Formats: sequence, C-alpha cells, structure tokens
Amino acid sequence: MSALDQPATASNVVTGSAVVCRGVTKEFGSGDSVVRALRGIDVDVEFGELTLLVGPSGCGKTTLISIIAGLLDPTEGEVEMLGQDRRNLTGRKLVQFRAENIGFVFQQYNLLPSLTAAENVAVPLLVRGQERLPSIQKAVEMLDAVGLGDRANSMPSQLSGGQQQRVAIARSLVNQPRLLVCDEPTAALDAKSGRNVMGLLRDVALSSNRAVIVVTHDNRVYDFGDRIVSMSDGRVECVEERPSNPHS
Amino acid sequence: MNWLAWKMLTGDRAKYFGIVFGVAFGSLLIAQQSSIFVGLMRRTSSQILDVTEADVWVMDQRQQNVDEIRPMPDNRLYQVRGVEGVAWAVRLYKGLVRIRTDDGQFRQAILVGVDDSTFVGAPRQMKQGEHADLRRPDGIVVDEAGYRVLFPGQPVELGRTLDMNDRRAVVVGICDVTPPFQTFPVIYTRYSQATQFIPRERNTLSFILAKAEPGVDKDELSARIRHQTSLQAMSWDDFFWFNIRYYLENTGIPVNFGITVTLGFIVGAAIAGQTFYLFTLENLKQFGSLKAMGVDNLRLVGMILFQAMAVGLMGFGIGIGMAAGFFEAMEISGQADLRGMFVPWQVIAMTAAAVGMIVVVASLLSLRRVLVLEPAVVFK
Repeated sequence: MSALDQPATASNVVTGSAVVCRGVTKEFGSGDSVVRALRGIDVDVEFGELTLLVGPSGCGKTTLISIIAGLLDPTEGEVEMLGQDRRNLTGRKLVQFRAENIGFVFQQYNLLPSLTAAENVAVPLLVRGQERLPSIQKAVEMLDAVGLGDRANSMPSQLSGGQQQRVAIARSLVNQPRLLVCDEPTAALDAKSGRNVMGLLRDVALSSNRAVIVVTHDNRVYDFGDRIVSMSDGRVECVEERPSNPHS
Repeated sequence: MNWLAWKMLTGDRAKYFGIVFGVAFGSLLIAQQSSIFVGLMRRTSSQILDVTEADVWVMDQRQQNVDEIRPMPDNRLYQVRGVEGVAWAVRLYKGLVRIRTDDGQFRQAILVGVDDSTFVGAPRQMKQGEHADLRRPDGIVVDEAGYRVLFPGQPVELGRTLDMNDRRAVVVGICDVTPPFQTFPVIYTRYSQATQFIPRERNTLSFILAKAEPGVDKDELSARIRHQTSLQAMSWDDFFWFNIRYYLENTGIPVNFGITVTLGFIVGAAIAGQTFYLFTLENLKQFGSLKAMGVDNLRLVGMILFQAMAVGLMGFGIGIGMAAGFFEAMEISGQADLRGMFVPWQVIAMTAAAVGMIVVVASLLSLRRVLVLEPAVVFK
C-alpha cells in the first residue's frame, strides 16, 4: 500500500514521506506546440532530510518543485503532499494549505523592498491573519536564529545578498512549515555565502518533522544534501542517497 | 494586509507621488472647471438670486431668460394685483444702459429699477448708504465691483456723479451683489427714475414681482396668474432654473466646459491608471510571492483596491484643496472675473465620483494582471 493510498492522519504524515510523486507529467501548451516539461517523475521527499534536485537548465527542476509546492497542477500522475492527495487540494483549500504548511526560499530572495528585514520575515504570519506587532516580535526572534538579530530594522537594500537570503530563510521558517521549498538559493551568491546559506538550511531549517527540498545546479553545495535527485530532460536520471552526509 | 498594501504602495515615493499627482491633477481640473461652469451658470441668474422678497416672477409670455426682455405695458401690474392670492405685486425694471463717467469714459451697465415706495428688488447688502437714499433726486446705488470699473483706482465714496441718457445720476449708496454673468456694473435706482435713464420706449415694465398671501402655494399662484393674465409666471426658483436651462441649451458654455472636464478626467485617469498599472507590473513578482505564500485572489484584490482607494483619497483631497485654494486666492486678490465662485458640494460629490471611477479603472487594469498571475512565476 503506497503512501498515496493511505488516509492522511497526523500519525502517518510525520512518519511517512513528506512528498510522494508517482508518474508525474507536465505539459505546457497544446497541439503541435506542446512542451513536455516532466515525463513521468517518481520521487519521494522524506521528513528530516535535505533533498537536492539537480540537473542542467531546462531539465524540469523548477516545474517539479512548483508542482511539489502546490503552485502548479500536474498534467498526469499522483502527488501526495504532507499526507494530502494533491487532487483534493483546490482553490482556497490549496491556498490555505500552502500558507500553513509550505515555506519558500527564492533565488532572488523576493523580499519586499519597502519593508524592513523583520517586517519581511513577519509577512507569512500576517498572511495567516496574525496581529502585526506580535508577528514582528516573532520575526525578530527568527532573525536571531539565522544570525541577523541586529539587522532586524535594516531595509533589504542595506543588506548583502547572503544576508538577504538569510532573511528569506527566516521568512520561510517563521510559520513553522513542514515542507521547505528552495529554488536555487545559492545561485546569486558567492561560494562562501552559498555554503553559509546551505549550512543554515541544514542547521536551522532541517528537523525531524520538516522536509527541505532544494533546487540547485551549484555542484559546490551538493555535499549538503541527504539525497540528490538528478534530473535530465524531464525525467529522474538517478537518486543518490547520502546517509553519511558530513554536514549531518 | 492593508498595512502591507500601504507599505508596498509608499515604498517607492516617486511612484507613489506620481500616482497621487495624477489623481490630484485630474480632480483639480474636474473640480475647478466644473465650479467655474456652475459659477457662470449661477451668474446668469444673479439678478434672480438677489431678489428674495417676491415669491413669483411675472413676465411677457414669450420671454426666454432674465436678460432678453420684452417690456410689458404698465397696466399689466394691476391685472396681476387683481389675481386672487396675490398679497402684493410691484414693478421691476431691468435693462442695459450706457454710462458716461465724469472723466468722459463710456461704460455699459445693468440698470435695475425697483419699486418706488417699497424698494422691493433693492440690493440686500448695503456697504455704504441706505435704501432710503434712493429717494434722493437722481440717486443711484452702485455695486462695489462695478464702482471700481466705473472709477478705476479711486476711493469708494458717495457723491460721485455720472451720466445716463444725458441725465445726471449721483451715487448715494454702495452695495454688494451676486456677480452678474456679464461683468458690468449693477446700478439700482427707483423705477420711475430708471425710466428716465433709458431711451424712450413705449413699454418699460420688465417684470412684476408678486408675493403670495399666507397659505397660498407659490406654484399654484403662478398657475393662476398665467391663467388669468396670459403672462408668464413662475416661482423664483423655477425662474432660476428656467434661465439656466436657456443658457445651457443656447450657448456653447456647457460644451466647452464639458470638454475641459472630460479632458481632466481622461488625463487624470491616464496618468493615474498608467502609473498604477506600471506600479502593479513592477510588483508582480512580489504579488506572486504573496500568492505562493498563501494570499488568495480575494485578499490581493482587497490589497489593490485599498491601494487604489488610498491614492484616490489622497489625490482627491489635494485636488479639491487646490481648487478651493484657487478660488479663495481669486477672492482675496479681488479678481473680478472669478469673484464669488466657489466649489459647491455637488461638484465635490461629482469629483469624488469621477476620482472613484479613475481609481477603479486604474485598479481594474492592474487587477487583471494579478488575478491571472500564476504563483509559480516566483520560480521563474
């Protein structure tokens, strides 16, 4: 019996896979101009693990995490996110599910330029309808956790790229999501900052009831992954398990 | 989320002020031009507004407005007085007269001849002298703005003389009147005196002003006068609108002002709409992030409408303030052409509606882009 067949209960969610994809395909366009971005993907993302999705540009990594994060619908196949069948999550239910369970880290940080670091971190709490001042207080604590407590009142433009990405990580975690989806978080950073960010994702983000999935083509950070899913031309080429990760 | 919307809106000050300026400029044009239009229309009926004692205006059957007068024979007054329900009825002369001032200059003026005994139709606000001074030989009362036209640069004082139809007239009073449509001086005198100041005419009775007896409805009385005398009779407020309708239908004023007001609307909508649209486009990725983080379309619509309302209110306030300040400055500077004009509440309401439409149009353009935005755009 696969995880997709099991009812979503609190007990099997934490102990099972965070994400299960079976035979996932995604097509864009129609007719002669159809583009097949994913061609039957089977992949599992486990709790307590940092999964790297790697591969050359255009291989379908971004499409796959968009589906895993509930931002895109698959054309075919089955996706289970945190014990929920993706097909049952539509409309407002899906939006609420994302707000409550998924954190995002983007390549270009996507911080709101008119908000301070703390205000940016507080945004997911505000989205969930929490009060502003307690949210900002909580955001400052989260900034402390990523080593930026003293920059809480700085504007994004006053922070370096590495610092902005740390603010983005704090923002993605402030809601205590169970799945963290990171799109090329080190692409815009130098090697040292990139490693710092990956270290932060391992040290702060990873926990037994949270899964972290990172899309990257930066082979300098491969050693941070517990599992490396290599993709090519819309397919999973190989999955490399790294149980003896030096950073774990 | 409104706080977040506000922060996003005001984050880039230059763009924020650009949108507010667009709305403010649009509302200034709409409010100022509409107010001048309303003011001008009001001026066409200034003499009607200034006569408050009478309930009913009676005039020739074919008269179309307060300025183009078809004089009636004097006996018409007695016919009106004989209508049941009329408490009193008096004569009023109104016409244009050519004036020669003591320095030899010629001017055109509006001459109003009021009832010799009761002074019904005389100016309400006397600044110097009294109504009773009109009883003095050759006595006339001139409005203050008109006095400055007749005697430019000279102190406002009584006793100055001028000639009308080769007859001497003496200024015995200075009054304040509702500014007339044509910026001519307004001169008040007794009816009997007025007929001496104009070239000889067979009939001189311009209007009959009548008062209804207590308990008699003025519209009903007007109908009764029309029926019994074959004259045209209407209450003062009906006459006010009758006169304005004439100018609306027979002059190019509404079209000209209408074009300017429409341009104000279009320019305001274009500036605000385009800037707001570009502002939203530039923030599309941020809106995408918010969508990814779990903000649904309804809340995004709320945020954008909040932003639109905020710039709308701000721009509207500034625009109306500037329009009001313009008229206040004109009043203080004594600029005769715009004297007495102001921003009526109806214009404020209309401008608010127009600004509302501008911001709704601006936000609708932007909303479409945000609503169709795929949250997956954040990964591109």
